[in-house]
Amino acid sequence: MSELIEPQAPAPNGHAGGDIASEELVGHGHFVTHFDEPSLDYGLSETKITEATVEELRSIAERYPQARSALLPMLHLVQSVEGRVTPAGIEACAEILGLTAADVSGVATFYTMYKRRPVGEYHVGVCTTALCAIMGGDEVYARLQDHLGIGNDETTEDGKITLEHVECNAACDFAPVMMVNWEFFDNTTPEKATGVVDQLRAGDHVWSTRGARVCTWKEAERVLAGFPDGRADEGPTAVGPSLLGLRIAQQHDWTAPDPEHIQDRRGGEGR
Amino acid sequence: MTEPSAGPRTSGTGHGVLTPVLTANWGDERAWKLTNYERRGGYDALRSALAMQPSEVVSLVKDSGLRGRGGAGFPTGMKWSFIPQDNPKPKYLVVNADESEPGTCKDIPLMMASPHTLVEGVIISAYAIRANQAFIYVRGEVLHVVRRLQQAVREAYSAGYAGKNILGTGYDLEIIVHAGAGAYICGEETAMLDSLEGRRGQPRLRPPFPAVAGLYACPTVINNVESISSVPSIITNGADWFSSMGTEKSKGMTIYSLSGHVTHPGQFEAPLGITLRQLLDLAGGIREDHQLKFWTPGGSSTPMLTDAHLDVPLDYEAIAGVKSMLGTKALQCFDETTSVVRTVLRWTEFYKHESCGKCTPCREGTWWLVQILKRMEAGHGQPGDIEKLLDLCDNILGRSFCALGDGATSPITSAIQYFRDEFEAAMHTPAWELFPYQRSTIFVREPAGAGA
Repeated sequence: MSELIEPQAPAPNGHAGGDIASEELVGHGHFVTHFDEPSLDYGLSETKITEATVEELRSIAERYPQARSALLPMLHLVQSVEGRVTPAGIEACAEILGLTAADVSGVATFYTMYKRRPVGEYHVGVCTTALCAIMGGDEVYARLQDHLGIGNDETTEDGKITLEHVECNAACDFAPVMMVNWEFFDNTTPEKATGVVDQLRAGDHVWSTRGARVCTWKEAERVLAGFPDGRADEGPTAVGPSLLGLRIAQQHDWTAPDPEHIQDRRGGEGR
Repeated sequence: MTEPSAGPRTSGTGHGVLTPVLTANWGDERAWKLTNYERRGGYDALRSALAMQPSEVVSLVKDSGLRGRGGAGFPTGMKWSFIPQDNPKPKYLVVNADESEPGTCKDIPLMMASPHTLVEGVIISAYAIRANQAFIYVRGEVLHVVRRLQQAVREAYSAGYAGKNILGTGYDLEIIVHAGAGAYICGEETAMLDSLEGRRGQPRLRPPFPAVAGLYACPTVINNVESISSVPSIITNGADWFSSMGTEKSKGMTIYSLSGHVTHPGQFEAPLGITLRQLLDLAGGIREDHQLKFWTPGGSSTPMLTDAHLDVPLDYEAIAGVKSMLGTKALQCFDETTSVVRTVLRWTEFYKHESCGKCTPCREGTWWLVQILKRMEAGHGQPGDIEKLLDLCDNILGRSFCALGDGATSPITSAIQYFRDEFEAAMHTPAWELFPYQRSTIFVREPAGAGA
C-alpha cells in the first residue's frame, strides 16, 4: 500500500537534529505499524508453557463472570512466559476458553502490546505522537536507533533492548517521554536515553523517574496479567509537574470552598 | 513562575483560583496507602453513602451537576439513572482508565498518587447503580499504575470496603483491575466493552446503549476515572458544595493538564471556567522568548484554537461556542516554532495507527489523509490537496460508528481554518525548512551543536 504515493525523500541536509528521525519517519513511506507486521510464526513449535502455566491461565479465567473476559490478561501471561505470543500460547488460551485458535489469534494480533517476534529483556518505547515528537521525541528516537544500531520494533543482538516508537503514553506534561518496560522515564533527552539503555545493557539497576526499579519485560507482563510483584510501594507519590498546581495553591492558600460555609449559605440545606 | 497575576484569592466565590480536591493529597508521603488515605477522611464517604438508599446517591450526584470528565461531558448522575432497575440481569460498572487521548495526562497521576480515591468512588458508584461487579479497565502501558491499583483494591478488600457484606451492610461488590493491551480505541466505551469481553476492541453500533445492553448484554455504566473519583467528595461535602464551583452548566472542580511549550507544564485543579490565560500565568507563560501559536482545549480530537481564544472560559459551553470541545481538558500548547503541518501529520498518523478498521471511512480515510499530509510536510503538496483533505474529512466526519473518525478530522479542519497559509506553503517548501525542527525541541544544547 505504501507504494501508491511515495513522497520524495527530504534533502539530506535539510535540517539538523531531527535528520535521522525524519528519514525514518517521513522519508521512507510510512510508519510501520503492528498491522503491517508479518503474521504469527505458526511454524514455531517450541514452548516454555508448562502445566503450571496452564493452571495460572485457568486461574485468570476463573476471576471473571465470563471466562472469555480473561483473554487479554491471559495473553499477557503467555508473553511473560514465552517472551512473545506463540502458537502454543494461543492454543493454551483457546483450549481453556473453548475458543478456536483463530479467535484467539484474531485478538492477539489486534493489540499493539502483544508481540509476534521475541522481545528483548527491556522494551524501550519512545513517544513520537505529536507533542512529544515536536518537543524532542523524534531526536531521542533517532539517537537511540543510531546508538543501538536497530530500527523500529527490532532487538539488539545481545537480546537486551527492543526499540519501538510508541503512541501517547499519557505523560504529556513530562514530554518528551520514554518508557522502559512501561515505566516512565520523563523529560528525556538523547543523552539521558542513551545513558539509560547503556545501563540496562550493562546489567545495572535502573529506576523510573516516578515508578519502580525497572524489572524485565517478562516480569512486567506477569504483573499486567494480574499477578502482583509486591513492588507497588516503590517510587514517589507524585513529582514535578503533577504537583505544580497543588504547590501554587498551597502558596496562595487557595482551596475549594468550605462545605460548612456552603450549607450555611443555603440555609443548612446540605444533603 | 510563582508571581501569578491571577487575581484575588477567592474572587468572591468562596474558593481559590485553584481548588485542589482530587489532587489535594498528591504531595503526601505514600498517599497511595490505605492508612494514609483514611487519615485524611478516606472511606468516610463510603460509610455515608452506604447509609443512604442507592437512589438517593444517584440523586445527589445528579444534583451536583457532575458531568463526565472523559471527554463527552455527559451528566454522570443521569447516566446512572438510565440503568433499568427492573431489569433482572446483573448490573456492571466499568471504569474507563484507558487514558490515551493525545495530550491527556490527568488520570494516570491520579491513580498513581491516590488510587484509593478512585477505588472509594468505584464502590460508591457501584452501590448507587446496584452493581455487584466492577471493573477498572486500565491501559496496559502504565505498569506502576497497575501495581498501585492492584494493591489499593487488595487493601480495600482487607479493610472490608470491598467483597462480601461491605461494612456489614449486606452489600457485595467484586472489583477487578483489568489491564488492556495497547489500543486507543478501547477508550471508546463500547469498544472497551468488547475488549473486556475478550474480543478485538471494536465499537458497537448504538442503540442499544450500554445502560441497557452493555457488558455481557447487561445494563452497564462506563465512567471516566476522574468522574468516579469526584464522587466521594460530592458525597462528603454535598451537591451544593460541588455546584458552588464552576459555571452555570459546567459545575465543580476539574483537573486541567497543561503541556507543551510552557515554562512549567503540569496539572492544575480548578473550577470549570478558568481560562487558558489564567492557567498560563500560573505556569509561567509560554517558554521564554516565544509566543503561543495554537493549542488544544481537550486533546488532539478537539479542534485547535489560537491566541485569540486565551480568554474563553474552559467549560463545556464556552468551548463549544468557539467550535471546539472541552474534551479531557488537555491543554497542549505549541509556540511559533512549531509547524502546523507537521503537528497535524503526527496526530493523523496516530489516528491511522489506532483506527480499529471496522468502518471504511475511518480505516481508509485516515490512511489517505496521512499520505497527503506526508507529501505536504515534505513540501510536495499538489494543487487541490487542501481541498482533498477537507473532502476526505467531510467523508469521515459523522460516517463512522464511533468518535475516533470524527476526532481524526478535528486537527485537520481546524488547522486549515486557522493556518491555511502553511498548507499553501506545503506546495513548495518542506515544513522543516519553514520551521527548523530543532527549534521546537526543549533540550538544552551543547554550544557546539547549536550552531544552526
